[in-house]
Amino acid sequence: MIDPILSIEGLSVEFGASRVVDNLSYSVEAGRTLAIVGESGSGKSVTALSIMRLADMAGARFAGGKILFQSSNGPVDLLALSQDQMRSIRGKEIAMIFQEPMTSLNPVFSIGDQISEALILHERLTGAQALEAAAELLAKVRLPDPKGQLKRYPHQLSGGMRQRVMIAMALACKPKLLIADEPTTALDVTIQAQILAILRDLQKEFGIGVIFITHDMGVVAEMADDVVVMRNGRKVEEGDVRTIFAKPVQPYTKALLAAVPKLGAMQGKDLPLRTPLTAATDDGVTTAAEEERIQDTAREDAAPLLEVRDLVVRFDVKRGLFGGVSHRVHAVEKVGFTIYPGETLALVGESGSGKSTIGRTIQQLQAATSGTISFRGRQLTDLNKAERHALRQKIQYIFQDPFESLDPRKTAGFSIAEPILTHRLMSAADAKRKVHELLERVGLTAAHAGRYPHEFSGGQRQRVCIARALACDPELIVADESLSALDVSIQAQIINLMMDLQAERGLAYLFISHDMAVVEKISHRVAVLYLGQIVELGRRRQVFETPAHSYTKRLLSAVPVADPTVRRDTPVPTGEIPSPLRPVGDEPAIVTMSEIEAGHFVAG
Amino acid sequence: MIGFLTKRILQAIFTVLVVTLVVAFAIRLTGDPALISAQGGGTVTEADLQRIRVALGVDRPFYVQYFGFLKGLLTLDFGRSFVGGTPVSQLIGTALPATLTLAFASLFVSIVLSIPLGVKAATTRGKWPDQAIRIFSLIGLSFPNFWLATMLVLLFAIALQWLPPSGYDGFSSYIMPAVTMGLILTATNVRLVRTTMLDTLRSQYVMVARAKGLSETKVLYKHALRNCAIVLLTFLGVQFGGLLGGIVVVERVFNWPGMGTLAFDAVAARDYPVLQSVITVLSALIIGVNLLIDLAYGLIDPRIRTQ
Repeated sequence: MIDPILSIEGLSVEFGASRVVDNLSYSVEAGRTLAIVGESGSGKSVTALSIMRLADMAGARFAGGKILFQSSNGPVDLLALSQDQMRSIRGKEIAMIFQEPMTSLNPVFSIGDQISEALILHERLTGAQALEAAAELLAKVRLPDPKGQLKRYPHQLSGGMRQRVMIAMALACKPKLLIADEPTTALDVTIQAQILAILRDLQKEFGIGVIFITHDMGVVAEMADDVVVMRNGRKVEEGDVRTIFAKPVQPYTKALLAAVPKLGAMQGKDLPLRTPLTAATDDGVTTAAEEERIQDTAREDAAPLLEVRDLVVRFDVKRGLFGGVSHRVHAVEKVGFTIYPGETLALVGESGSGKSTIGRTIQQLQAATSGTISFRGRQLTDLNKAERHALRQKIQYIFQDPFESLDPRKTAGFSIAEPILTHRLMSAADAKRKVHELLERVGLTAAHAGRYPHEFSGGQRQRVCIARALACDPELIVADESLSALDVSIQAQIINLMMDLQAERGLAYLFISHDMAVVEKISHRVAVLYLGQIVELGRRRQVFETPAHSYTKRLLSAVPVADPTVRRDTPVPTGEIPSPLRPVGDEPAIVTMSEIEAGHFVAG
Repeated sequence: MIGFLTKRILQAIFTVLVVTLVVAFAIRLTGDPALISAQGGGTVTEADLQRIRVALGVDRPFYVQYFGFLKGLLTLDFGRSFVGGTPVSQLIGTALPATLTLAFASLFVSIVLSIPLGVKAATTRGKWPDQAIRIFSLIGLSFPNFWLATMLVLLFAIALQWLPPSGYDGFSSYIMPAVTMGLILTATNVRLVRTTMLDTLRSQYVMVARAKGLSETKVLYKHALRNCAIVLLTFLGVQFGGLLGGIVVVERVFNWPGMGTLAFDAVAARDYPVLQSVITVLSALIIGVNLLIDLAYGLIDPRIRTQ
């Protein structure tokens, strides 16, 4: 066995009185990737920041343990070093990539400056030498025109390009250890696939040890050699990746793996399926005592609930001397679809595909440039003000970030009652009763009504948002990435809650998401959006099992599969997601759809 | 960029014009200059007053006087003072440098003090240096400038005799007025630096800069401070107006022959041409400084540059 380059022994970290990492030990070898998985609050990021000794700068206290690192000057205990000594290791021997590529780069310095900074500091290069080295690094992370990129600024780059710059920056001084904290979580799947491929290749080339922190079991299966599962600051289980996936020992690991929505898990089924939850208990894994239920709720024989025809949404971009319109963002171009009562229609696509704009337009938060939206056979544009107001009750919204969408100064009860009271649907006393009922329905208790948003966990907050959306007895709920910010176990609970509510109340959902596995589980029909246009629309089984459009295929193949035995060797798609911003006069071509089998439409 | 520049310069010129109009109008509500000029000259008849008015040119209709003033502005001819007949451009020519150098010396004192103190307060949030700086800032905010000026004079000029008590004569004469103004500006600026710095320090890129192994000085003063600069500069522009206002009082205390002293005397003498010109020049300065600051945004922040 090779000596590990880093080994953590009995590490405990405290913030004030709370212990966030408790007696944790693991080690990483050169040339191998150790994935640290766990849900929010498991202490996986704090551990990474402790290795970097950035945690103590943020107020953490090391209550015990050692972090032994094989530095170029021999083995050292990182926790025993002063911040001054640590600075010669940080960035040089241990480098880190963070989750948010959009905010990881300093907006006011050029890409060249930011990469060469570490080279000038640690490798004692001159400015010119450092810039040359920076250009080579940018070529290694496969950015086009590396020399030209040096002079550009972060805001001129897409998220995926920024993350490549981050990787180039981290690898600048050829570190022995790279810590990647959720490096692809904020990226689209096709871009994620590219970044993962770059990381894998560079790891081979440089022979570095990698600590890969993620909550995504698909990414783990694809990247990791070894896995450490963490929960509440403790190590739950560790082992090589195949063993962890094939024969997990600990109940928590089993439950975690069971909760992961797997692409292809619904193969052969026509309708969505509500599956019982599995949870870890002290005695092992328990599966809730409920039956699987086929979600046969869509009433396609009824009149359509929502009809969207030829919807176009464009945003003008004003530039130039006289502020004339020089460009337009073609967010949505001639989109049409129908949602029936009780049906879940998923809109899938990557950044810039226009999926959120469609949701906002239906909710009347955004004006359409042209096209019609009809609800229960009546066009929205024909409604008077009062009718429009009434319609807002029938169509409700659940957003991605439950914390951002609740007023921090108002109690949960107030937020839920607000729509009832604004629409004057009932008296204050009745509203209070209704709030309690709703809270209980979404799995909380009446006592939660008096609490403020910060007193809830992320999953509970999303439940409050669902309760608020239900308050006016809506018929359609637009759920815009509403599960994306949640841990998988919580995500599974919310999916079941949404499906139960659908069965009970005949709710229809417009489910906007980039997560193909969740979409496969929950939806009756799927529309794939690319650059503001639907390129494929059909029943879930048709789209997932016999995808016909090349973009749908690419999207599906980019999703990491949560199974380490089926690592793909197919070349990953290259290139950026094209921009919907076009000069005036350069109108996009409108695709024509043809029906290749009953209900399955593909752009030709 | 050229379009933006032209637009901003036209806006600035328009603003100066509006200011001159308001000033010219308001000033004529303050009283008859002929009465003041005639004081101490024994008995004056209405005919005497009328002669003085004709001599001063204030008998003409308001719009004639105003357009005459505007016409003069184009050639930097501000007319002559009612008191002594000196050309106003000559008076401003000696007063403006005195005021400007003092204003920039005060800003310098405030920047040199408030940035390191603000950064220190932000990095030691809630600990004793932060508390001490907060108390200093509160004290500074509650002191009137003339009181602080008097205290400085009592201590350094009269008790210790280190510095001249007043006047405009070389480096040592700048110290007390500049410190007076600078300290008062610092009291507000420290809090602004602290708040914007706290916001910036929460950014991911600050963490990234630290993860590169950069020293704290580099992290704070290169990576973080440059991102605070837009907010700080904007505030500086707003403050510049207040600074020129405050200078009137401080110039009186230190007998500083600047624009403030000039304006003060002109008000007392109803000296229209001087007062009108002083205010026009000062407001043009404030507008000009803010225009420069707008242009500086682009230098600091590439996101604004490319817009």
